[in-house]
Amino acid sequence: MTAPALDREAAPLPPGRVLSIRDVTKVYPTEPPVHALAGVSLDVDEGELVAVVGPSGSGKSTLLHVMGTLDRPTSGDVVIAGHSVNALTDRQLSSLRARRIGFVFQQFHLLNGYTALDNVADGLLYSGMRLYDRRERAALALARVGLANRMMHTATKLSGGEKQRVAIARALVGRPAIVLADEPTGNLDSHTSDSIVELIEELNAEGATIVVITHDHEVAGHFPRTISLRDGLIESDALNGSGRR
Amino acid sequence: MAASTLTPSRLHPSDLGRTASVGLRTRKTRAALSALGIMIGIAAMVAVLGLSESSKWDLLAKLDRLGTNLLTVQAGQGIGAGSGQLPEEAAGMVARIAPVEATSSISAVDANVYKTDFIPSGQTGGISVQAVDVNLLETLGGELTAGTFLNEATAAYPTVVLGSVAAARLGIADVAHQPLVWLGDQWFAVVGVLEEFDLSPNLDRAALVGVASAETFLDHEAIPSSIYVRTNPQFVDDVMDVLPATANPQNPEEIEVSRPSDALEAREAASDAFTTLFLGLGAVALLVGGVGIANVMVISVLERRAEIGLRRALGATRRHVAAQFLGEALLLALVGGVGGVLLGVGVTAIYASTQGWAILVPTLAWAGGLAAAIVIGAVAGLYPAMRASRLSPTEALRTT
Ligand SMILES: Nc1ncnc2c1ncn2[C@@H]1O[C@H](COP(=O)(O)OP(=O)(O)OP(=O)(O)O)[C@@H](O)[C@H]1O
Ligand SMILES: [Mg+2]
Repeated sequence: MTAPALDREAAPLPPGRVLSIRDVTKVYPTEPPVHALAGVSLDVDEGELVAVVGPSGSGKSTLLHVMGTLDRPTSGDVVIAGHSVNALTDRQLSSLRARRIGFVFQQFHLLNGYTALDNVADGLLYSGMRLYDRRERAALALARVGLANRMMHTATKLSGGEKQRVAIARALVGRPAIVLADEPTGNLDSHTSDSIVELIEELNAEGATIVVITHDHEVAGHFPRTISLRDGLIESDALNGSGRR
Repeated sequence: MAASTLTPSRLHPSDLGRTASVGLRTRKTRAALSALGIMIGIAAMVAVLGLSESSKWDLLAKLDRLGTNLLTVQAGQGIGAGSGQLPEEAAGMVARIAPVEATSSISAVDANVYKTDFIPSGQTGGISVQAVDVNLLETLGGELTAGTFLNEATAAYPTVVLGSVAAARLGIADVAHQPLVWLGDQWFAVVGVLEEFDLSPNLDRAALVGVASAETFLDHEAIPSSIYVRTNPQFVDDVMDVLPATANPQNPEEIEVSRPSDALEAREAASDAFTTLFLGLGAVALLVGGVGIANVMVISVLERRAEIGLRRALGATRRHVAAQFLGEALLLALVGGVGGVLLGVGVTAIYASTQGWAILVPTLAWAGGLAAAIVIGAVAGLYPAMRASRLSPTEALRTT
């Protein structure tokens, strides 16, 4: 299917690059204004697993929202999956999220009245895929995160760890170019948290590109690459074990 | 990764229905309560229109059966009017008007009627005694509930036929053994009881005796006080015009001519006024119901900010979010509308069947009720839907 009008908005990225942000600032027009991002540049390649750490208020969530097209930068550009955010309309950003970006949140954000299966199937809702096909893929995704036996449980009946697995399955079910997770283990005890980190590593090993925001430096230490934010600026961007990028 | 094309976000219509009904399915009590206002309003309007239609149909059937070609000629009671009696020859003259098909006279008899001969004559029981022609029943299109009407043979004997109210007051329902009543100074045998007259209710409170027996036993001089006239239906107005001069050539102004079916129609017109009033009340209930839905939807949008944020993150456009909440308001109103139509039809059916009416609900009532519900749902849902869609994704997600 071709959509010529949108083709023009495509911005070239080097092969293998999923995300590229350049000199991004984000200023919240409060009184006084908050410079949540003060000029951030970074690239994420296909297959990477990146941790973003930093103290509370350092701009981590703001960065994730800007990377995920949920918010526009005040200045600078975000190019994701070959599209420049500045060149896209709100509707086009929505379609980008529907097809190319997956999200995982600290609060899970499951629909309580729905079963685990339908929560995951909703990950494909706005792609226009029919319910039967969505459920088929959702069942596979749920099996992948170890919840094959919980598919018909309503969301309220799941434990915290199970909820986050459902949310991860929902983020991955559309095979997005990138998955953005904001403190996915923030509401979980350390044991459950470990198993979620393990799952994320497995999914990355299978090819998924994932950016994880975390408070937990121990969690970050597991991942191949860690970006540290402070006061809206990148303090360090390092590959663990090997040298600086 | 090479530049890829972007296919727009899409929400299949069947999925729009599913997402629009999430709120209803997960908050059933609230949904039911907020649909209740619309339901009551629509039910009121459907029932009022249904009942008005059913009763109108009943009236038309009644008029059809009784005919609108019955006229009454009476001696007027105004200034300069005579004794309340018509000229002796009036009945004969009226019968000679060409389009007149039948005439039947009655005259008031100065007598009282009692169940026994013990009751003091001061107590009349409100029952009048009328001397009538034997063709009265036929001319009026009346019916008997028991026994027979007067005929040429019985009219000469002390026999009486009771109007429905008179029979009830005298406690007579069964005439198989011809019960006796004390009428004037004489026992009269009751041979028949009449059904209610729709066109001349005054006969319901009367005891009817034959002209011959009135003259023989009650010392009555049968000069008619009223004449019932059946005319050819095509010439009713013409006959009405000539009746006064025909009945009383000397003093036509003393004659009152009326058409009893007009009174029935007037009664119906009065009930139309009530219909309008109740329709107005139904409309107010609908309005209140609409405000209720808008209110519930605004609260729902506030409560479901996180869900809105999630849907935006999953790729919903503003329009998808607006459509979901608008759809939810429409569904709520539609549930109320369908419930209201069913309730309204039910009320109509129950009431109409107790009245022995045909059950009629005009298409305008139920289709209009559903249409009103849809319009109200759309209007009530518009503002909440706009609010939901204007919420920025990050703002919506920030709520925990
Ligand atoms: N909508 C907003 N309006 C005004 N200021 C905001 C808004 N969102 C975030 N901020 C401010 O921007 C700064 C960065 O916020 P952000 O949520 O990105 O931090 P964070 O690193 O995710 O913190 P935490 O670890 O607590 O989640 C903070 O000072 C915050 O108060
Ligand atoms: Mg945060």
